[in-house]
Amino acid sequence: MPVRIADGVNPLRQPGDRRLPRIAGPSGLVIFGVTGDLARRKLMPAVYDLANRGLLPPGFALTGFARRDWADQDFCAIVRKAVKENARTPFDEKVWDQLAEGIRFVSGEFGDDAAFKRLARTVEKLDEERGTGGNHAFYLSVPPGQFPIVCTQLAEVGLSSPREGSWRRVVIEKPFGHDLASAQELDRVVSEVFPADAVFRIDHYLGKETVQNLLALRFANQMFEPIWNANYVDHVQITMAEDIGIGSRAGYYDGIGAARDVIQNHLLQLLALTAMEEPASFEAGALRDEKEKVLSAVRLPRDLGRHTARGQYVAGWQGGEEVIGFLDEEGMDPASTTESYAAIRVDIDNRRWAGVPFYLRTGKRLGRRVTEIAVVFKRAPHLPFDLQDTQELGHNAIVIRVQPDEGVTIRFGSKVPGTQMEVRDVTMDFGYGHAFTESSPEAYERLILDVLLGDPPLFPRQREVELSWEILDPVLEYWSRRGAPEPYRPGTWGPESADEMLARDGRTWRRP
Amino acid sequence: MKISLKDTTASAVASRLVGLREEGGAVALGRVLTLIIVTDGADIENAIRAANEASMEHPCRVIVVRPGDGRRAAGLDAEIRVGADAGASDVVVLEPRGPGRNEVDTLVTPLLLPDAPIVVWWPKNPPADMSADLLGRMAQRRISDVGECSSPIELLHQMAQTYAPGDTDLSWARTTLWRGVVAAALDERPYETVREVRVYGSTTRPSAHLFAGWLAHALKLPVTLEHVPGSSAVDGIDLVRRTGTISMRRPVNGAVVTIEQPDQPVRRVAMAKRPLEDCLMEDLRRLDPDEAYQLALVKGLPKVVVEA
Repeated sequence: MPVRIADGVNPLRQPGDRRLPRIAGPSGLVIFGVTGDLARRKLMPAVYDLANRGLLPPGFALTGFARRDWADQDFCAIVRKAVKENARTPFDEKVWDQLAEGIRFVSGEFGDDAAFKRLARTVEKLDEERGTGGNHAFYLSVPPGQFPIVCTQLAEVGLSSPREGSWRRVVIEKPFGHDLASAQELDRVVSEVFPADAVFRIDHYLGKETVQNLLALRFANQMFEPIWNANYVDHVQITMAEDIGIGSRAGYYDGIGAARDVIQNHLLQLLALTAMEEPASFEAGALRDEKEKVLSAVRLPRDLGRHTARGQYVAGWQGGEEVIGFLDEEGMDPASTTESYAAIRVDIDNRRWAGVPFYLRTGKRLGRRVTEIAVVFKRAPHLPFDLQDTQELGHNAIVIRVQPDEGVTIRFGSKVPGTQMEVRDVTMDFGYGHAFTESSPEAYERLILDVLLGDPPLFPRQREVELSWEILDPVLEYWSRRGAPEPYRPGTWGPESADEMLARDGRTWRRP
Repeated sequence: MKISLKDTTASAVASRLVGLREEGGAVALGRVLTLIIVTDGADIENAIRAANEASMEHPCRVIVVRPGDGRRAAGLDAEIRVGADAGASDVVVLEPRGPGRNEVDTLVTPLLLPDAPIVVWWPKNPPADMSADLLGRMAQRRISDVGECSSPIELLHQMAQTYAPGDTDLSWARTTLWRGVVAAALDERPYETVREVRVYGSTTRPSAHLFAGWLAHALKLPVTLEHVPGSSAVDGIDLVRRTGTISMRRPVNGAVVTIEQPDQPVRRVAMAKRPLEDCLMEDLRRLDPDEAYQLALVKGLPKVVVEA
């Protein structure tokens, strides 16, 4: 008796078979904005890496859409160059040849109806020639201002509506709007064209690996969760620092600033993952429910002036290199009040976190590139030592290093060797392996694979995006009435007001 | 850096390792397992190279055991490799000689990482019963590579006889990419039962047998393995269904699989042979018993019909 096979019933996929890779079904990817930095540095190499690892479906097609006057071969050459320069896995001519056969290019403006008709025809032909089966993902690697026109055009030519038994998906990148109202407007535009489960909001800094590591640390272990609450935790610091300036991104950055660029999405997502309750399961829905629940309990301080800080880097020397100031960057409005550094305090109104402030900070041209979550514990309620003995003892801390050098650091006190009793802070260190990042997939690989598989677990839902804006909007509004941000020297840890902001609470920023 | 220790003991090697860590400072990585390689000589550098590559994903301590001449005076020579010579690991090569050379379990015990799982890998010539072996008994995972041995298919059947949870063979990892493509083909419409399966490949390669065995067990039907002259791997498969046959072919020594099925355009997918380190890396990824391997080996293999 032969074994039954049906939709979702595949006898070759057994739960005990943990090696069997999940390869996406027949499908193609259309990238808008292929001339951009992101497409060149990340997307195209990620597509190649997936192909090289054997995770792309046979007959996979990659279509580029841009204003350039290119033929398929020209685009192919661009992709090849991007892959050779930026792919993680070694370049293999045979893998490339297969991929190259499915590369197409459509030239046109977003406002050009004829170009979208050409795109529709190209996609149709791919279904016939390559067998992409009517399954196509559209990656909008374009400024959010252009989402509406691209979505509308896709709908006009019928590309947004799949035939029975196939799918169409759209991928959009942060920023998801610049405040609550614009985020809602953006969502309205996109969801008019694509149903909610076909919209993938990608936050690449929060690659799945990071999120899963964090969840594993918290919920797969017994030793952390019991102390993960206000009884033991003094405060939490979440930092995402970059040592580079805004470079050529002035056009995008002016008017956006550090808070919208980073706090609204990355830092609030990290906060949610750090502070949320244990989800009922690790299914997409359960996880997002918990994140939404904790985000809706986030409260801003009443006096925003005392508990927030912002700054702009000035010209100076950073690490042996002379760098220009934020306002002098090419294309930047010299009178801009956009911040390149932002720090805020938030509190979480629930039983677990009452009275535990969460400090979020981010900035450009800071001391070094680092993203980390530091959970700082209270001091022991009683120290059976002389005051002198524990002078050098700080707070215990668990630091989750997100990047670079992904891992966990635990700080605690230890006796200094010698006849005297003296306790000093030491560090216990866990790294995911010094070369771990070389062999572990790039965030974009997982993201693209998830999109092709239709697997959205860790992408934020619109509700999360809106909750984040609800948190941030009052701060942005307050800042907009306060004139220019405070200057800070490049290569430092931000403006003085940031230090003062913590000093008011009797705390200091950790030096990451 | 390579440090040679002549006429030493395992505990002297262990204390030297601790000393190196104190001198060097930052080599205290979060190692996740101890990988013991048992070899009789010639392939030692190749095995260490693969292990070092694999340590990039799985930071580990590598202990190579190479029993030396049994007739010489008893003793132990060792070599420690760290830094550039050892990937994300430290490598200890142990060469016991003389009467005690086979008492290898007590030799490696002082060098095992505390609490961390142990994996034993025989790049060639595994013991007849891996789980009864002195080292195999200590390990969570025992990896053989029967494809590197003489009479590999007989040996594979013998492996089925002595199978114990935790055994795997690198030939199994060599089938993973093929298995992925075939499984993906059955994920798509039309959802029809498979009536007949023919696998094309080398009848002397264990990977082709395991691949066929996996299909035979999962699809509950006998699978024919047809020999392809000059082949050294799996070269293709036909899955016969009511509306037609899904046919996949990879030319001998080719790296592209061509997939044909009714009412569908011809599709191609790149699939090069996997290097040793990729297979080893995959095997180290999970250290719990590999049920799928067990089923393919123990239940599936007898259902494979070999056509020369």
